[in-house]
Amino acid sequence: MGMFLLRRFFSSVVILFGATYIMYVLTAYSGDPLEDLAQSTARNKTELIARRVEILQLDVPPYLRYFLWLGGVLKLFIGQIDLGQNINGQEVTDLLAAAAVSTLTLVTTASIISIFLGVMVGIVTALRQYSRFDYTVTFIAFLFFSLPVFWVAVLLKQYGAIGFNNFLADPQIPPLWLALISLFSGFVWMGIVGGDRAKNLRVFLIATAVTAITLITLLLTNWFDSPGIGMFTGLLLGVGSAFAITAISTGLSNIKARNASLVVVAIGMVVWIPFNLISSMVSGALFFVLAVVTVLVGLAVGWFMGGEDKAPVARTSAITAFVMGGIIAIDRFMQAWKPYTDSSYISGRPIATIGSETPNLVGSFWVEGIDSFTHLLLPTLALLLIGFAGYTRYARASLLEVLNQDYIRTARAKGLTERTVVMRHAFRNALIPMTTLVAFDFAGLIGGAVITERVFAWSGMGNLFVSSLSRVDLNPVMGFFLITGTLAIFFNIVADLVYTLLDPRIRVNA
Amino acid sequence: MSDTKGENAIEMKEVEGLSQGKIVFKRFRRHKAAMTSIVILIGIILLAFTSVGLDVGTQENKIRVEGWWPTGYTGSNDVINLGVPTLDIFPEFIDGTGVQIGPHPFGQDEIGRDNFARVMRGAQQSLMVMFVVGLVATTVGVIIGATAGFYRRWVDQVLMRFTDLIITIPIVVIGAVIGSAVGNLGTFVLAIFLGLFAWTGLARLVRGEFLSLREREFVDAARMAGASNSRIIFKHIFPNAIGVVIVNTTLLMSAAILLETGLSFIGFGVQAPDVSLGYLISENQNAFTTRPWLFWYPGVFIVAVALCVNFIGDGLRDAFDPRQMRKMTKQESNGGKAVRGARK
Repeated sequence: MGMFLLRRFFSSVVILFGATYIMYVLTAYSGDPLEDLAQSTARNKTELIARRVEILQLDVPPYLRYFLWLGGVLKLFIGQIDLGQNINGQEVTDLLAAAAVSTLTLVTTASIISIFLGVMVGIVTALRQYSRFDYTVTFIAFLFFSLPVFWVAVLLKQYGAIGFNNFLADPQIPPLWLALISLFSGFVWMGIVGGDRAKNLRVFLIATAVTAITLITLLLTNWFDSPGIGMFTGLLLGVGSAFAITAISTGLSNIKARNASLVVVAIGMVVWIPFNLISSMVSGALFFVLAVVTVLVGLAVGWFMGGEDKAPVARTSAITAFVMGGIIAIDRFMQAWKPYTDSSYISGRPIATIGSETPNLVGSFWVEGIDSFTHLLLPTLALLLIGFAGYTRYARASLLEVLNQDYIRTARAKGLTERTVVMRHAFRNALIPMTTLVAFDFAGLIGGAVITERVFAWSGMGNLFVSSLSRVDLNPVMGFFLITGTLAIFFNIVADLVYTLLDPRIRVNA
Repeated sequence: MSDTKGENAIEMKEVEGLSQGKIVFKRFRRHKAAMTSIVILIGIILLAFTSVGLDVGTQENKIRVEGWWPTGYTGSNDVINLGVPTLDIFPEFIDGTGVQIGPHPFGQDEIGRDNFARVMRGAQQSLMVMFVVGLVATTVGVIIGATAGFYRRWVDQVLMRFTDLIITIPIVVIGAVIGSAVGNLGTFVLAIFLGLFAWTGLARLVRGEFLSLREREFVDAARMAGASNSRIIFKHIFPNAIGVVIVNTTLLMSAAILLETGLSFIGFGVQAPDVSLGYLISENQNAFTTRPWLFWYPGVFIVAVALCVNFIGDGLRDAFDPRQMRKMTKQESNGGKAVRGARK
C-alpha cells in the first residue's frame, strides 16, 4: 500500500509538471499581454510597457519563462510560495485565496445537494424500474443533461429572480396555478409511492389535497411575507421526521430507536425557546459548535436508550437530532427574513441575480446567512440541475446492477424485510462506485463552475480564470490551473484509496 | 421447467441466423425515444444545412453553395414590426391569423438581421463542431487505447500517463486556451483542436476492453493462424469493442456541442462575424425582456440537438448491452403482467 501511494505520488508530480508546462506555453501563445497598452493613448505608453515587461518578465521567451514561474512555485517548500503577479501588479496568491473561498462556498453547497437529491431520486427510480415515474425522471434527467448551463442561468435570472421577486412583492397564486401545482404534486407522489390502482388513486388524492391546503394556508397566513415554522409545526415536523428516519434507518419495529428519536425531538422542543433568546449572540463558529453538540446529544441519547444493540439506535437518534436542529435553525433564519427584505439594501427584492453578497450589508449572523442564501440560490440551482441529472442516472444504474446480484436473492430468500435488503445489502454496495464519481466531480466542479460564475458575476476562481485568460494574464491562469490540477490529481488518488477500503475485492499491488 | 424452455426458445429465435450488427440494429429500432431522436436530428441537420447554404473552401478561395432561404445571416434588413417572429403555427380558428412562415419566422434582432438565418448558421457550426470533435476524438482515443491495451508494459505505461496528463487539465480550460489561441482560424480548426484533447475518457475505456479481450481464446486462435498484430487489433479485437466505442462517441458528441456553445458563450469559441448557437445566446442574453425570441430559438436548438444525441446514445447502449435481452426475457417470463401494467 505504501509503495503504491509513493509510486502514485511521484507519477502525479511528473504529470503535474508536464500539464503545467503545456498549459503555460499554450496560454502564453494564445495572445499578446501588451495588447491593451499597445492600443492605449497614454503619454507614458512606452514607460508602462517597459514596466509590465519587467514585472512579468516578458523579455524571456515563454518556454523558458515557465521555469522562472516554477521556481516561484517550488518556494512552497521553504514556506513562501510565489505565484507571481497579475498584469496589474497584484499578488496572485492573494487573488486566488479570495477567489477560492467564494468558489468553494458555491461548489460545495451545489455538490452536496445534488449528490443527496440525485442519489435519493436514483434509488427511487431503480426500485420503481420501468414505471411511469421512472420514465419521467429518465426523461427529465436527459433534458437537464442536455441543458447548457448559461442558458439555464438566464432563464433562472428571469423567472427565479425577477419573477419570484415580483411574486414576493405581492404573494398571490391564481386559482388555476394553485390547482396545477397541487395536481402536479399528486402525480409525483403517486409515481414515487407506486402500488396498484386503488392505492395510486388514494395517494394522488391525499397528496393533491395536502399540497392545496398547505399552499392556501401559507397564503392566508401571509407566510411568504414573514416566513417561519413556529413551535407547533416544528413539533409536527420533528415527530414526523423521527418516524421517517427510524423507518428508513432501523425499521419501525425497533421501538428503542423510535423512542430515542422521539426523546431527541422532545429535547429539541425544550431548547427551542432558550435558543431563540440567546440566538442574537450566535456567530458562525458558535453555530458550528452548536451543530456538533446537537449531533453528540443525539448520539448520547441513542447510546443510553439503546439497550443491547446501541449502534443503530445511536445512529438513528443522531440523524434525528441533526434534522431537529436543522428545523430550529431554519425557523430562526426565517425569522430574520422580514428584517432582511425590509432593509434599505434589499428593498423588497431579496433574490439576487449577481454577486455573492449584498455590498455594505451588516447584520447579525442570521441576516447575513439569509443574504448568502439569496445570493447562492440561483447559481446553486443552475449547478444543481446539471449535477443532479448525472447522479440520478448513475445511482439508478448502480443500484439496478447490485439488485441483480446473487447475494440480494440470498437476502430475500432468507426472509429479510425489503427495507433491510434495499438499505443494508443493496444501497451500501451501490454507493461504492458512486464514491469514485463524487471524488472526480469534486475535483472537476471547480473548473466546471467557470461558466456559471461568469453568468452570475460570482467573483470566484472561474471568473478569475476567464478574465485573466482573455487578457493573456499568465500568472493568475497558471495559479488557477495549479490548484485545479493538484486537486484533480489529489482526488484521483483519494478515489482509488477509498475504493480499495470499501471494496475488499480490489487489491492494490505496488 | 416449461417456462425456462419457452424463455430459451424466444431467445434462440431472436438471434437465429442474424449477424451481430443485425441484432443490434433490431434492438435499437425497438427503442422508441432513440428512433424519434434520429428522425428529429436528421430533420435539424437537413434544415440547418440546406436553408442558408454552405461556405466551402478556404478564406482566399471561397465557394458558396446557395440555400433555399432568401435572407443571409450577416446582412441587416428593415426591422418589420419590432422584429417579432412572423412564424405562426396556430391555424386561423384559434388566433384569427392563418398558419404562415413569413419573412422572418424567428424574428429579427435590433439591427434587423434575420434570426432564422442566424440560428441556422449557428446550428451548422455547432453541428459541425459536434461531428468533427466526435470523429477526431474517437479516432485518437481508439488508437491510443487500443495500442496501450494490446501491447501493455511500457507502451501502456507511457500512453496512460500521457492520458492522465491530458485528463488533469479541465476540458473547459483546454477549450478556452485553444479557443483564444486558434479561435480566429475558424470553427473547423477549433473543432479539430478540441477533438485532439477530448479523447481521454474513450482511450481509457478502449484500453480496458482490449486488456480483457486480448486474453480470449479467439485471439490465441488468430495468432496461431499467423495473423499479424495489426490484423488481430483491427479484425479480431476491435469489432468486439465497437459497442463501447459507439456509445461513448455519442456521449462525447453531446458533451462537445455543450462545450462549444459554452466556449462561444464566454467568448473563446466561434468569433464574429461567424455565429454559433452559444455565441447567439451570449449576444442576446440581455435582450431577454425586450426580444425573448433571440434567446429562445438558439437555446431550443442546442437542447434539441443535445437531447437527441443523448437519447440515441441511450438507445445504442441498450442495443449493444448483451445482458439487455436476458433481463427482458427474465422479466417477461416471471413478471410479464407487472411489467406490462407498469408500462401502460
